[in-house]
Amino acid sequence: MTPDLPEANESLLSTVAAPAIWAAHFLLSYITAAVWCAKVAGADGSLVAVQRAISLYTVLALAAIGLIGWRAWGRHRLGDSPPPHDQDAPGGRHRFLGFAGALLSGLSALAVIFSALASLFFGSCR
Amino acid sequence: MSTKSAQPHLLTCARFALAFAVLPLGKGSTLEPAGLAADRVATLFWVLTIGATVIWLVVVGLALYAVSASRRPQSPRGSSLLIVGGGVIFPTVVLAGLLVWSLSMLPGLLAPAPAGSLEVRVTGYQWWWRVEYLGAEGATIELANELHLPVGEPVELQLESHDVIHSFWVPALGGKMDMIPGRRTRLRLEPTQVGVYRGVCAEYCGTSHALMSLVVVVEERQAWERWLAAQAQPATSPGEALFLEQGCGACHTIRGTAADGALGPDLTHVGSRASVGAGVIEADVPGLEQWLAKTAHLKPGVLMPSFGMLPPPELTALAQYLAGLR
Repeated sequence: MTPDLPEANESLLSTVAAPAIWAAHFLLSYITAAVWCAKVAGADGSLVAVQRAISLYTVLALAAIGLIGWRAWGRHRLGDSPPPHDQDAPGGRHRFLGFAGALLSGLSALAVIFSALASLFFGSCR
Repeated sequence: MSTKSAQPHLLTCARFALAFAVLPLGKGSTLEPAGLAADRVATLFWVLTIGATVIWLVVVGLALYAVSASRRPQSPRGSSLLIVGGGVIFPTVVLAGLLVWSLSMLPGLLAPAPAGSLEVRVTGYQWWWRVEYLGAEGATIELANELHLPVGEPVELQLESHDVIHSFWVPALGGKMDMIPGRRTRLRLEPTQVGVYRGVCAEYCGTSHALMSLVVVVEERQAWERWLAAQAQPATSPGEALFLEQGCGACHTIRGTAADGALGPDLTHVGSRASVGAGVIEADVPGLEQWLAKTAHLKPGVLMPSFGMLPPPELTALAQYLAGLR
C-alpha cells in the first residue's frame, strides 16, 4: 500500500512555488528595466545591461522551477494510489499535489521563457 | 435617471452621431491600412482571426466527435498523444511563434524616424489638437486639428498634452500613443497611400472626448510643400476688425493681424481646414456661423464662449471673414 510519505502534512507550498517564481521573475524583470531606463540610462539609453540581468534572472528562475518540478514529479510517482487521485486519503492527495506541482512547473517555465523573450527584441529604452 | 437629465445626453448622442455621419473627415479603419505600421497590425489581425477560426473549428469538431463517437474504448496511447500533442505542444508552439513574430515587428515600428525626417509636434487639449511643424531654425508653422503629411516618408511626431491624458490615434496609418502631461512621447508614422484619414483621441479625456477628431491629409511631396508654404504665410483675408472688436484675439492667433492669443487654436488659415471644433462642423460660412452661435451646444464643455448674442449680420460677417482665411 502507500509507503511512508515524506512530508508531515499535505502542504500546498510545493504547488504554488513555481508560479510564485514566475511572478517574481516577471516583476523583477519589469522593475529592472523601468528603474534602469528612468534613473540610469535615460529615455534613449541602451538596454543591453538589462538584457543581461534578465537573462541571469531567467537562468536562475528556470533552474529553481526545474528543481521544484523534478521533486514534484518524484512525489507524483511515489505510491500506488490510482488516478485521478481524488480519493480522500493521504496517498491520493500526495500524488495529486505532486502531479499539480509538476504541471504548474511546466507552465511556469514556459511563462518565464515567454516573458524573457520580450527583452531580447528591445535594444533601447525608447 | 430622470427625463430632465436624460434629455441632454440623448441630444449629445444624436449630435455625436450626426457629426460622424455627416462630416467627410476621411477613412478611419484599421482594416483599410494606408501606413506601414497599420499595415502590419492589419496583417497580424487577419492571421490571428483566420488562425483562431481554424483552431475553433477543429476544437468544436473534436467536441462533436467526442459526444457522437461510438462507445468502444479509444486507445490510451492515441488519447494521450491527442492530449499532449493538442493540449500542450500545439498551443505552446503556436503561441511561441505568434509571440516571436509580433515582438519582431515592434523594434522597426518603434525606431525613431531617420535624422532629417519631418518633425511635427502635436499637443492634445480638451478637446482639440495643436499642430506645429518644426522648421530648421526653431521656426514653427502652427495650425489645429489638421495634419498634412507627404506620402512615403517617415514622420516623427512629438506628442504632448496640455491638460489631461489624451491618446493620438490615426487607425489607418498606425498604432496609438498616449499624450501625457509633463512628458513627451514619440510616434513614427509612414503613410503609404495618398488620401484623407480620420484621427481620434483614443483615451477618454472628458465630456467632449468623442468630438476630438483630427484630419490627416496624405499627399504627394510637391502638393504638401505647396500646402506648407501657404500655411506659413500670414492671413490675407480683409475684415479682421470685427474679430478683434469681439475680443477673439485674446484666445486665438491670426498671424498678420493683432490677434495673438495662445489659449485656443491658431486660426490663420482656418478657412482651409476640413472642419472647425476638431471635427464638429464644416469650416464654411454656414458651419462657422453655427459654431460661433451655438458653440457649447455643438461641443459640450468647450472653453470657448458662444457668440449667439451677436446680431445675425455680424455673425455672418465674422463667419465670412473666418471662412475667407484660406
